[in-house]
Amino acid sequence: MSFLSSVYAYLFYFAAFVLVAGLINKVVQYARTPAPLKVPTTPAPTTTAGVAFRLTREVVFFESLFRGNKWIWIFGWIFHFGLFLVTLRHLRYFIDPVWAPIQFIQPFGVYGGMAMVVGLAGLWARRFLVDRVRYITSLSDHLILGLLIAIGLSGLTMRFFAHTDIVRVKDFFQGLYVGQINPLPADPLLLLHLLLVAGLMIIFPYSKLLHAPGLFFSPSRNQVDNPREKRHVAAWARRLEQD
Amino acid sequence: MAKAVFQVPELKQYPEIPEIDPGVMAHSAPFKSKEQFQQALGFPGELVDDWQGKAIDKMGDLLGRYRSLRVYLDSCVKCGSCTDKCHYYLGTKDPKNMPVGRQDLMRKVYRRYFTLAGKFFPKLVGAEDFTEEVLNDWYSYFHQCSQCRRCSVFCPYGIDTADISMAAREIMDHIGVGQKYCNEIIAKVYKVGNNLGLPGPALADTLEGLEEDVFDETGVEVKYPLDQEGADILLVTPSADFFAEPHVDGLIGYGKVFHEAGVSWTLSTHASEAANFGMFIGSYENMRRVAMRIREAAIKLKVKRIVFGECGHAWRVAYSFLNTLAGPWDFLDPRYPVPQHICEFTYGLIQESKLNLDKSRNDDMVLTYHDSCNVARASRMGEKPGGQFDIPRAIIRASVNHFYDMDEETIRDRTFCCGGGGGLLTDDLMEVRVKGAQPRLEALNNVIQEKGVTHMAAICAICKSQFTKVLPYYGMDMDQIVSVHQLVSNALILTGQNSDDDEDEAADEAA
Repeated sequence: MSFLSSVYAYLFYFAAFVLVAGLINKVVQYARTPAPLKVPTTPAPTTTAGVAFRLTREVVFFESLFRGNKWIWIFGWIFHFGLFLVTLRHLRYFIDPVWAPIQFIQPFGVYGGMAMVVGLAGLWARRFLVDRVRYITSLSDHLILGLLIAIGLSGLTMRFFAHTDIVRVKDFFQGLYVGQINPLPADPLLLLHLLLVAGLMIIFPYSKLLHAPGLFFSPSRNQVDNPREKRHVAAWARRLEQD
Repeated sequence: MAKAVFQVPELKQYPEIPEIDPGVMAHSAPFKSKEQFQQALGFPGELVDDWQGKAIDKMGDLLGRYRSLRVYLDSCVKCGSCTDKCHYYLGTKDPKNMPVGRQDLMRKVYRRYFTLAGKFFPKLVGAEDFTEEVLNDWYSYFHQCSQCRRCSVFCPYGIDTADISMAAREIMDHIGVGQKYCNEIIAKVYKVGNNLGLPGPALADTLEGLEEDVFDETGVEVKYPLDQEGADILLVTPSADFFAEPHVDGLIGYGKVFHEAGVSWTLSTHASEAANFGMFIGSYENMRRVAMRIREAAIKLKVKRIVFGECGHAWRVAYSFLNTLAGPWDFLDPRYPVPQHICEFTYGLIQESKLNLDKSRNDDMVLTYHDSCNVARASRMGEKPGGQFDIPRAIIRASVNHFYDMDEETIRDRTFCCGGGGGLLTDDLMEVRVKGAQPRLEALNNVIQEKGVTHMAAICAICKSQFTKVLPYYGMDMDQIVSVHQLVSNALILTGQNSDDDEDEAADEAA
């Protein structure tokens, strides 16, 4: 048992490191790469506040996707919003004492879990039913959907049918903060759930899940439409002017 | 009626999303650029040795210089939102003409050489070596993208296939695989000053002819000056405006508007071209070199303002990039934006009631308006976002009595490209041009049927040329496409214009 707990402890140390270091690496890379031309998709906001509002609408409501395809939008939004609630609900394992808003969100987190699975199922169905989407789907797209659904289903099963000792689960994660390996309940579903989550954390910085930071760095969405008012020149382009 | 060796798509009452038909457009590829034109642009003349390695190096270079490329190649989740948005997919059914299908041609190479997942698990993530087969696909399908940005409107991350096409063409140019049409034209700009290779004396001759025509028609001496030092305004307009129909009617209109405004203006032989095909081939260096001609002309002619004529991608380069490429413009009059669009100029005069427009002079036409892609999705006019939609429409409404918009889904920022933009306006790409025009012409056909529309106005030289050529394939007339400033020109009664000319006409008709 303690061997298994150790394996999971090191797995989560590793997964957390890969997730954080990988994402920081990517974000730094995006931030350092210049955007030499003004290319917002217009009509675009003419002020920074306007751009912040545009990005907020994209992040919260998936505005462009809404205009593009209502089916993808409804399934995609249900999945992401569900995942958001689930994540908030799970914060109770990682903070002590648990903040009041997180306590309040607990029941909604369960609905979030269901919504997440429904949304994912809809997105996955499209990959089989719509010929255009089938054409662009690669094996990794199926695997990521399978991974997320399996995380959702194993979690929901533990919530409703095969309960695990969540007090010990919390002890396990609290212990990781101070380098102490507390025993993890040896329930197969819990171990599967955690294994998949660690897997998700590890692939995040190396897969299409990079769309999350990517949106904030997308020049067609994050640039202010003011090229006539303000001269915009990248460092490498300025060097051309000195020739 | 033009003859086609391919099936011209049907125009339906309600748009249909076709089922995919893989590979049907793989045969479509433009003529390759000759050595001399490649070299004029600073590219190798023919396919280089170790082209694969050099292409990957160039891709790495671009990934380090363009955030857009890096973010767009990483971020796609294959959601499918863009799959039915490209006019070339809708018209050809080839899934590599779906925006994501086109992007994936580059993305699979990017993944193979630049990502961990693609290096170790290529099959899993759809990564592929840059083989000759892939290069052929690149050449074919990256020349079936008109860089219209319609896909970027509907992408949840704003991924713009135009940027990816530009990068792909830049990479291909750097290994000696260039497109004849674009590269030959840019070489001509360097040599003569415009896309069409019209030398100064020919321009002067044409402009003189226009002055005579306008005088005969109106009895007013409207000038079309060339290289006039000290003029207030430098007009930079696509060279098609000098002779092609209906472009030239637009140029006549600009001149009349300037005349009524009482400003002095001039064209320039050195910068006798608004178009900047450097953008189409994704070459910052060439785009900058082409743009610098405008700066040089403005300095030499000592003008105070720069105004651009009706041209779509030229307005993108002008509005969005000119300050970056050829600025700062601190030597020009700071009271005016640099550059201005001719529509902004004309709209200003209409607002001040300085133009005497008689709408009934356009009563032989029922108009609709085609939002040109680069104006719609890559630029602005006026102070407010969306001015690029409202200002041209306001000008048309001030000039005609009968105007109807096409289906909302196909105008403004959702407008369909004409099918000939992005460096595809060449006869060797006729099939893709005709098929790509289908979504736009379907919407046009519907307003023709339902509202009795007879003509479509546009503010882009490429749109005008493309429609002139492809309308007949769909059983329409080539002269159903008109310039916006042609409408202004028709309606405008110049100060001092023979006031009795309407009566004369009526008398003529009676006789």
